[in-house]
Amino acid sequence: MALLEVNGLVKHFVAERSLFGRALAHVKAVDGVSFTLEAGKTLALVGESGCGKSTVSRLVLRLIEPDAGSVRFDGRDLLSLDADALRRFRREAQIIFQDPYASLNPRMTVGQILTEPLALHDLLPPAQRRERVAEILRLVGLEPRLERRYPHEFSGGQRQRIAIARALAVEPKLIICDEPVSALDVSIRSQILNLLRELQDRLGLAYIFVSHDLAVVKHIADKVAVMNLGQIVETAEADALFAAPRHPYSRALLSAIPVPKPRAKSSRIVLQGEIPSALNPPPGCRFHTRCPYVVDRCRSEMPQLVTDGIGHAAACHRTPELPSSEALVPSDGGFSPVLEKLVAAFGSGPEAARGGGVSSLRTDLT
Amino acid sequence: MSTSPLIEIKDLRIRFHGDDGRITHAVDSVDLSVANGATLGLVGESGCGKSVTSLAIMGLLPKQTTEISGAIRFDGFDLLNTPDQTLRDLRGNRLAMIFQEPMTSLNPSFTIGDQIIETILRHRGGSRKGARDRTVELLRRVHIPSPERRIDEYPHKLSGGMRQRVMIAMALACDPRLLIADEPTTALDVTLQAQILELMRELKAASGAAIILITHDLGVVAEVCDEVAVMYAGEIVERAPVDELFSAPQHPYTVGLLGSIPRLDHRAEQLATIEGMVPNMAEPPAGCRFAARCPFVLEACTKAPPPLVEISPGHASRCIRAPLERLVS
Repeated sequence: MALLEVNGLVKHFVAERSLFGRALAHVKAVDGVSFTLEAGKTLALVGESGCGKSTVSRLVLRLIEPDAGSVRFDGRDLLSLDADALRRFRREAQIIFQDPYASLNPRMTVGQILTEPLALHDLLPPAQRRERVAEILRLVGLEPRLERRYPHEFSGGQRQRIAIARALAVEPKLIICDEPVSALDVSIRSQILNLLRELQDRLGLAYIFVSHDLAVVKHIADKVAVMNLGQIVETAEADALFAAPRHPYSRALLSAIPVPKPRAKSSRIVLQGEIPSALNPPPGCRFHTRCPYVVDRCRSEMPQLVTDGIGHAAACHRTPELPSSEALVPSDGGFSPVLEKLVAAFGSGPEAARGGGVSSLRTDLT
Repeated sequence: MSTSPLIEIKDLRIRFHGDDGRITHAVDSVDLSVANGATLGLVGESGCGKSVTSLAIMGLLPKQTTEISGAIRFDGFDLLNTPDQTLRDLRGNRLAMIFQEPMTSLNPSFTIGDQIIETILRHRGGSRKGARDRTVELLRRVHIPSPERRIDEYPHKLSGGMRQRVMIAMALACDPRLLIADEPTTALDVTLQAQILELMRELKAASGAAIILITHDLGVVAEVCDEVAVMYAGEIVERAPVDELFSAPQHPYTVGLLGSIPRLDHRAEQLATIEGMVPNMAEPPAGCRFAARCPFVLEACTKAPPPLVEISPGHASRCIRAPLERLVS
């Protein structure tokens, strides 16, 4: 049984009200989203700003209430939980946000930030909480002595480690990572990605990974769902999607990834036109205004997600007739042989060789 | 391409004097040059001095607290010793800049048309009618749909991608010789990013302007730059033609950066990481500034600052262990 089963999720926000409070316009942020996630696996939600990926992640945690649909977590129907049961559920599902500068309370020390979830869920007797805080800090590669410091004393990457530590404190089964590395520099980003991977292997965590950086998604995800204007247009195993995307929107998205290889062969599809507004999504297929393969049928009839034998699903009327997409995703050709060796040597140099695993991720504070 | 560069920076040093009397070494002995029609990528992480360098070119650093030495020669001008009046004539005219955040770099209380027309009238003069026609033309060039209508809209009515295109139209208003683009696509989605990069390439081909592209995205660098300078802690640590930088980097920091980006073709279990932190630039280390984080460090590295040495034509590295191939063969 899947850890998380989401079915037909709908969320419309009221964008405009009449003088008497009647809703005049809705933003259709999420419009019929379904997916499942197995324990210990990573599902990535990708799409452009405003496609509804962050709203989905908040609905899954019931931080906002859906208008329709169901969320089942570990066999329980999330939407029928009362306040007490909901609080118990929060112990099992946590979230990490994009901006580590905004998501930590500046007036609390790291120790207080990490003790709070333990106290809220009454997980440990107060006497043992300090011990546990030290343990979690070590788990995310920070030294326990740092617990007396305040967030402003840390760099962006370290703050994101603290946010991860806070999520881990209650031993969740699922962590939603909402653009967890977008605000970080490249070298720090790789540390956090390595850490998330390692914690997943060690603790059997499931992740919902919301991101617009597709190279990062390829690196971390097992399964990917591509969203456009509140709907999933394609979902597949990550390798299958990147090998041959089917939906025209996924094709455009993946073909546009800038790769770190000069003069890479590119069959980039540059989309013309603006992203339509979610206030007033176009009729039929919501991508038809920008789709290079549009036909009349797309303008009137909304396509359904159709799954093939290996679990690769796309919502496009023209899936079978579209040209092959096999060489569409740009190739970075991996490293040159020299660089390959240098990177390996860089990772195993005298500095890095001192520690292994998570402890080697330790960042020094002066 | 002419042989004398359009812009030449020699031994640029920038120090900031803090309120508490501390002096931050933001940029140290930077040498750069860009030829007409070429694109130089300036790469590095937050705080490495890449944006400060570009602000120095534009003459936009606060005078009271900044100490600048060295020389910036642009198109016959010595920018560091140019009167403010002349600088104002150059900026927005022959020298133009695009910033990362199109949201904050447009004035919310004027229409986009007003803002572009103002630039044209200031530098080119002529009639308002003529400037308006040119503005419509510019908006069309950056692919803004129905520019005759859009010209009278306020910035908040436009999407992020559109605003960035308006910024580019404004930068191009007076046919600049040099365009500085500071993270022009960082705030944008990948589909818009592709549109903007395409646009920059088109414009470069059409106008022959030189571009300095500041970014931390190595994918973007590979795509549009001819030459790359990698900055670390205020210094250029490596400068190379774009192909060489990606196939045979000669500074350990560049190796670390290249190793830390996830690849599409190659699913590594672990990405390379660069341990430690950037040195405090109020008291820069005596030797190589990367020494404390470098896996290839030697005793000698911490003694004296390494010079930027040319290893092959056009490819220079600030590392005494270069060429790095020797370390792995």
